[in-house]
Amino acid sequence: MSYVAIKGGGTAISGAEAVLEFLRCREGDEGESVSVNAIEHQLRFLQSRVISEGGVYHPKLASLAIKQSLGDTLEAAFALRAYRSTKPRLLESPTHSGGELRLIRRISASFKDIIGGQMLGPSTDYSLRMMRMELLNESPEQFKQVAKDWLQSMPESDLPDTFPKVLDALRAEGLLPDVTSERDGVPFDITREPLVFPVPRSAALSTMARAETGSMLGIAYSNMRGYGDIHPTVAELRVGYLPVMLPHPITGELTEVGEILMTECEIVAMFEASEEGHKPTFKLGYGACFGHNEVKAISMAILDRSLQVGMEHGPSNPSEDPEFVLLHIDGVDSMGFCSHYKMPHYVTFQSDMDRLRSTRKGPTKMSTSNVGASK
Amino acid sequence: MNTSEATQFGFLDEFAKKEIRRTVLKAIAIPGYQVPYSSREMPMGRGFGTGGLQLTLSIIGRGQTLKVIDQGSDDSVNAVNLRGFIESVCPSVNTTTNTADADLIQSRHRIPELALTENQVLVLQVPYPDPLVIVEPSEEKRKIMHGEADYSRLLVKLYEDIVHFDEVTISHRYPTCINGHYVIDPSPIPRYDVPKLDQSKALVLLGAGREKKIYAVPPFTDATPLVFDDQPFHIENFIDQDGQRRACQQCGSTESFLDEYMDAETQTLVFQCSDTDYCTRYLSSRNNGALHSNTELDNSAEAVELAND
Repeated sequence: MSYVAIKGGGTAISGAEAVLEFLRCREGDEGESVSVNAIEHQLRFLQSRVISEGGVYHPKLASLAIKQSLGDTLEAAFALRAYRSTKPRLLESPTHSGGELRLIRRISASFKDIIGGQMLGPSTDYSLRMMRMELLNESPEQFKQVAKDWLQSMPESDLPDTFPKVLDALRAEGLLPDVTSERDGVPFDITREPLVFPVPRSAALSTMARAETGSMLGIAYSNMRGYGDIHPTVAELRVGYLPVMLPHPITGELTEVGEILMTECEIVAMFEASEEGHKPTFKLGYGACFGHNEVKAISMAILDRSLQVGMEHGPSNPSEDPEFVLLHIDGVDSMGFCSHYKMPHYVTFQSDMDRLRSTRKGPTKMSTSNVGASK
Repeated sequence: MNTSEATQFGFLDEFAKKEIRRTVLKAIAIPGYQVPYSSREMPMGRGFGTGGLQLTLSIIGRGQTLKVIDQGSDDSVNAVNLRGFIESVCPSVNTTTNTADADLIQSRHRIPELALTENQVLVLQVPYPDPLVIVEPSEEKRKIMHGEADYSRLLVKLYEDIVHFDEVTISHRYPTCINGHYVIDPSPIPRYDVPKLDQSKALVLLGAGREKKIYAVPPFTDATPLVFDDQPFHIENFIDQDGQRRACQQCGSTESFLDEYMDAETQTLVFQCSDTDYCTRYLSSRNNGALHSNTELDNSAEAVELAND
């Protein structure tokens, strides 16, 4: 009976899993299992990407997700999200301005001199992308020596932990719109409420914060190239550790429970003539996400700006359309639906063939013997 | 954070299940209305039945019996996968392939041939919850159209089909009006299954996980495929060149939805029941010569009659 196409599912699934597990370990005696610590530190940007798209700050599990998904970012973020579904939401932290970020990097493209100074920090922005052949055979001794040398050569630093935000200066001059009272409202929690359009800006921001980096970059890039006219300037891009404050379970007093690595970006867009009686100001776009993901944070800031334009004046290109942007940038949703086309579609295809055969017959009426119920 | 803890009954946290149960109540109260819900990520892909799965996990109770099918088959890869997952996170839930024994049936792309009863719930997995998506991409606008029961553009699409092809070309996911107001996408069931929704004794719940919507066809509710008075609704045609209804090559039934495929040995087109449980039972009762004494099959014959009505 040739019904094998959809039979024997159980054995097939476990077989498929076993062969993938074999591929992961196929080095055999020669190989060495990669540790989750190594992933967290040596694959920093991969880990950052997964922790941000997974939407739950758990560095160890993010590394595990990368390991078990053999490095597939979409799969890894997906595993992290599914883990998140088993966890209740217990508390809310208060909103923060980002000023408390303990910085490892901050740059501004709008001013050469910013209060506190530019701090390049860890970055490949100005590195030449040449193959570093010496890493092909890096010995454990060489590897260990790097951190030792670097720490020894570092002078005692008198840099403060936090810096004022670049935008504060522009705001003091009145060149930026006032901070609205929107932050006093209850932020929209996309993990507890579906997006029903129109959605508030906080819903858009949190959707983008855990969106898939490439999808967001693609739509933001369309705006940069001309399907839109944001023309952003990076007022400030910061990477650092944000203290997480939660109310103490007994006293209720805000207490620091830990810190999370974040990337934050504020862009300034060309000014818009405002309502009568008000002077024109620059317009802002904001991006922030877990981990060290600069391209994602900048893309998000650009899209925040373009979406605000769309929400205010109606969208005139894809990047300004909240439905278009927000419903198509989630990695878990889009990759899941893309993958589902690999599943059997025998019944619907049977139905398609029926319609095609029937319409190819031309306008002759069908026999009534197969006419279904009609009302 | 503890990383080794076991997951709780039904995988989802209790808040998530509570939200889904409330959403279900609203969906039943407003037949055919797509109720938005937050929709958690499940450990299987969006598009693999996460909407149906969340419904099942939220409403199944200890000691109940579950059947999971995909394309009509209990044994297809995805059905096996879903069933295995539900068994692992819902200990004490029994599983069956027998349609009549199930309290809850989760299905993708089919409604079982055997007519369901008042004591059963059918959960259908939905990729696209909104039938208006073929004429209007914006959800915000579609919501207004649904509220006003404005299905004119959908009807124009059907009309244009008739002008071009002399009949409606929608093969599956046939737009169906529930209780005289909301038009639903009944999930990618074939047109053959649509009449089973009408006045169904069982509650039918439809869950779209990726699109974050739940809707329902409550028991004993009108479900009418969108048609014109002079253009009747056609189900799939299983009539051969000689005008005979094709039979399942395995069980011989001429009253079921058939899958067709090319037989590798004989290089001929063969047809076989898509509902494997129905096929097995039809075959064994025929072999026992007890076809007409079997009440289950009487029921299923009734279902097929309804479909061919």
